[in-house]
Amino acid sequence: MTLTSNRADLPTPGLRSGTESVPTTDQPQTGKDFTSDQEVRWCPGCGDYAVLKAVQSFLPDLGLRRENIVFVSGIGCSSRFPYYLDTYGMHSIHGRAPSIATGIATAREDLSVWVVTGDGDALSIGGNHLIHALRRNVNMTILLFNNRIYGLTKGQYSPTSEAGKVTKSTPMGSVDHPFNPVSLALGAEASFVARTIDSDRKHLTEVLAAAAAHRGTSLVEIYQNCPIFNDGAFDAIKDRDTKADAIIPLVHGEPITFGVPTEDGRATKGVAHDPATGGVRVVEVGDGEGQLSESELLVHDAHNPDPSVAFAISRLTDAGYLHTSPIGIFRQVERATYDDEARAQLATAGASSDADPAERLSALITGADTWTVV
Amino acid sequence: MSENTKQVKQLDRVIIRFAGDSGDGMQLTGDRFTAESASFGNDLVTLPNFPAEIRAPQGTLPGVSSFQVHFADHDILTPGDAPDVLVAMNPAALKANLGDLPKGATIIVDTHDFSARNLTKAGYDANPLDLLETPGSELDGFNVHPVDLTGITVGAVKEFGLSRKDAARAKNMFALGLLSWMYGRPTEGTETFLARKFAKDAAVRDANLTAFRAGWNFGETTETFVVRYEVKPAPMSAGTYRNITGNLALSYGLVAAGVQSGLPLFLGSYPITPASDILHELSKHKGFGVTTFQAEDEIAGVGAAIGASFSGALGVTTTSGPGVALKSEAIGLAVMTELPLLVVDVQRGGPSTGLPTKTEQADLLQAMFGRNGEAPVPIVAPQSPGDCFDAAIEAARIAITYRTPVMLLSDGYLANGSEPWRIPEVADLPVIDPAFATATNHTSTSTAKDGTVTETEEFWPYLRDEETLARPWAVPGTAGLEHRIGGLEKGEGHGNISYDPANHELMVRTRQAKVDRIADSLPPLEVDDPSGRAKVLVLGWGSTYGPIGAGVRRVRRAGYDVAQTHLRHLNPFPKDLGEILARYDKVLVPEMNLGQLSMLLRAKYLVDAVGHHQVNGMPLKAAELAQVIGELVAEAEGIPADQLDLSVATSQEVHQ
Ligand SMILES: Cc1ncc(C[n+]2csc(CCOP(=O)(O)OP(=O)(O)O)c2C)c(N)n1
Ligand code: SF4
Ligand SMILES: [Mg+2]
Repeated sequence: MTLTSNRADLPTPGLRSGTESVPTTDQPQTGKDFTSDQEVRWCPGCGDYAVLKAVQSFLPDLGLRRENIVFVSGIGCSSRFPYYLDTYGMHSIHGRAPSIATGIATAREDLSVWVVTGDGDALSIGGNHLIHALRRNVNMTILLFNNRIYGLTKGQYSPTSEAGKVTKSTPMGSVDHPFNPVSLALGAEASFVARTIDSDRKHLTEVLAAAAAHRGTSLVEIYQNCPIFNDGAFDAIKDRDTKADAIIPLVHGEPITFGVPTEDGRATKGVAHDPATGGVRVVEVGDGEGQLSESELLVHDAHNPDPSVAFAISRLTDAGYLHTSPIGIFRQVERATYDDEARAQLATAGASSDADPAERLSALITGADTWTVV
Repeated sequence: MSENTKQVKQLDRVIIRFAGDSGDGMQLTGDRFTAESASFGNDLVTLPNFPAEIRAPQGTLPGVSSFQVHFADHDILTPGDAPDVLVAMNPAALKANLGDLPKGATIIVDTHDFSARNLTKAGYDANPLDLLETPGSELDGFNVHPVDLTGITVGAVKEFGLSRKDAARAKNMFALGLLSWMYGRPTEGTETFLARKFAKDAAVRDANLTAFRAGWNFGETTETFVVRYEVKPAPMSAGTYRNITGNLALSYGLVAAGVQSGLPLFLGSYPITPASDILHELSKHKGFGVTTFQAEDEIAGVGAAIGASFSGALGVTTTSGPGVALKSEAIGLAVMTELPLLVVDVQRGGPSTGLPTKTEQADLLQAMFGRNGEAPVPIVAPQSPGDCFDAAIEAARIAITYRTPVMLLSDGYLANGSEPWRIPEVADLPVIDPAFATATNHTSTSTAKDGTVTETEEFWPYLRDEETLARPWAVPGTAGLEHRIGGLEKGEGHGNISYDPANHELMVRTRQAKVDRIADSLPPLEVDDPSGRAKVLVLGWGSTYGPIGAGVRRVRRAGYDVAQTHLRHLNPFPKDLGEILARYDKVLVPEMNLGQLSMLLRAKYLVDAVGHHQVNGMPLKAAELAQVIGELVAEAEGIPADQLDLSVATSQEVHQ
């Protein structure tokens, strides 16, 4: 099974693109142009490698000038990312990358701003900055590498680890209830929320393209395997034998179906409204008793202005060990961005006026109530 | 009684304190009186003092808000130790402020609220106004004028049809009118101000204007007040002046730093008393390319400012002590990434939430050392409200030239206090060159197996300027200079991550050396030692400049020699400081903390600095300082204690 593309549809025709004000280049670019001279130092088999490769080979598709791209990260294994990309970059401090990126994106319309963060970085120490970036809708793309563990500090449970997780700091199992990053982002009224998988280069690339094209904060949760401290956390959705039942693919405008298909290629499972809870539920698809026909299924609408349905879909993700998870773009709606509006206020106030700044400064500091001593 | 029967008395200076309930508009009243005095040409210094609660319970002692203004016909330095005149709008205001008045002071009391209930709320068993004639009573020895300010105001504005409550609210303008009459203040400014402020509501506007005029007329016609006072304008150097508070001057200084460097200003801030007014003020100046970002917390505020600096703006964050604590880790990042950043700390009483609306200087060591690792940060401190303007530009000069975060340490007293400020010519302001990197700065050669040598032009983000040790500032969008910076230790020159022990040692020492080099750009310290014979040097920093200067003047007036110098740069210290300290037998360091500058001086110069410490949330007082200085002078000069005569210096005479 492959996850089908939303790409043709994004950005919604007529909307401003996320990279619209970033200068482009005619020079052909390759992934190599985006590869820095620094040795990559993740553990062998780490999911971060696949994401790095995917990003390096995707960036040329944007056709932007390399010097106008900025990657900002926090602290964690994943946050080493900027060192390996030959763009401008800042490896900052734990959890704060969204704030730094907010400053960059607001100060400079002509930059394509990316944040790389981990589940601990974004959801523990930086949780506050993440939700506020999403609510403000600053024009940037956040890649949240979710390995459901603290990698860099050697394996403590994280805010996305399943309850009961046994780690170095929780020998009897953790007693914390985890966050679902997508639910959290939707709760913060994020305008673009997607989830993808490190090992699915094609889907990852498509989601990146849609995220970059979106004007506003795009949150992309990437399921990332940490073979050292949380190996196999995503096996159910990666394993050939189980993934058809584990992945609920979200494709805008199409009924949400999954499950091992019938011999004639029809879906066996789907997602439908649940009148009992007001949310959504997984149903069996077919003609049998208790089964629903495909026409009764929920048609995924990423552009629904009301985030409730997207939220309901996000709740189909297992909070415990991951057996089932919707994958794809949950939400993509247009909403004014903080940085555009802030710049518009500057323009309205005459920031770009030709008046002599020295004269204006003089008038400002002089004010209205003065007296002169001769 | 006609006007010409009123007596006019000349005074050289007067200290008035307006005090009332938080809701009585005392800050506005004080502001207006100050503006009138400024436009009249007096020198002046103000001290607003208000509770941390917006509206503490009405009529109670904690709810009292006051505004003290000291104006004179000569150059003055402090808001004055003790008021000559107290305007008390209720029993609590009388009770809370009486202790600060010297005997003989004038008290104008609004009798309207002296009901049994309000007296009890203020903690009075009996009405003190009933005991005016009783020797030994609380108000004995004061010149008390009980006036029903509220009642007369309500009567005067009856025609405008306001509710009784709204009519009564104009009582502060009545009081202002009365005091304006008493001290011959010009009134046009206040009339224009009221017309503008209440333009939207004609009845309220007219009531306030009428109350203001009624107050003036009351002074002129009633027999209660037989004397008017005249305080002539102070001689000041030629120029155009305005009145300015520290927070306003600091805001203007930041806007000016943007203009003078050609950099857009980016403020990332989270509201906190007493710094919020800088955020409010800068948010009005978008026309200067100033972006203000009200962040979700202090960390996000400084983070966004660092991001803005990385992308070529002048990043600024404004806060008070608790906010600096939160920003510490990010300031360390700016130290490591060597990006320009201004951190403005308007200090207030601490620790923790402390005294939010009161002043203190106890963040010096936090500014100096409050980060993990060896993280030197230059520190600049303004010495008066108007000086906040120049100090902000100086802090920006250092930040931009040396690519470093800089702490600008203001405090609550400077923030809200005001003084006449000679408006500078923009052409005289320093020009700051951001000197962005525009080209590669390093050629690396590699030799292939066959011996062919290839040269590559590279950009090395940590290759330093030889003179300043500053690293190049290459802004995103500059082709060919793409680079990565971050909090991990950087290899000298190329700037790649380096865990090499020798490199770390080199980088730690280099970052320190860079900050030390700033001293090369500082002017020599000015030492005020008129006789040249002083054995005692009084050294201060920040807002204590005024009180220390006033204390020093008093001691000199009593006939003793004393020298004074004041530090604007606390890190690095000016190069000649050590030599200056060595010239004096004794060094006195008055501070509004428990000896933080003393500690730095002792550590660096092995000088036996004598501290004088006050941490009561209020500025130092000139008379008290004069006493302390005088005693040290006596000790240094070998004058026996019983021969030390400081009576001129420490008297609390009433100026009328
Ligand atoms: C202020 C601060 N606290 C703690 C740390 C230690 N620390 C570094 S990374 C990390 C957790 C990282 O987890 P995550 O964000 O999930 O990244 P991963 O390593 O899994 O990619 C912690 C606790 C730090 N660097 N800074
Ligand atoms: S610890 Fe885990 S997340 Fe970190 S580099 Fe190794 S494999 Fe990757
Ligand atoms: Mg993690």
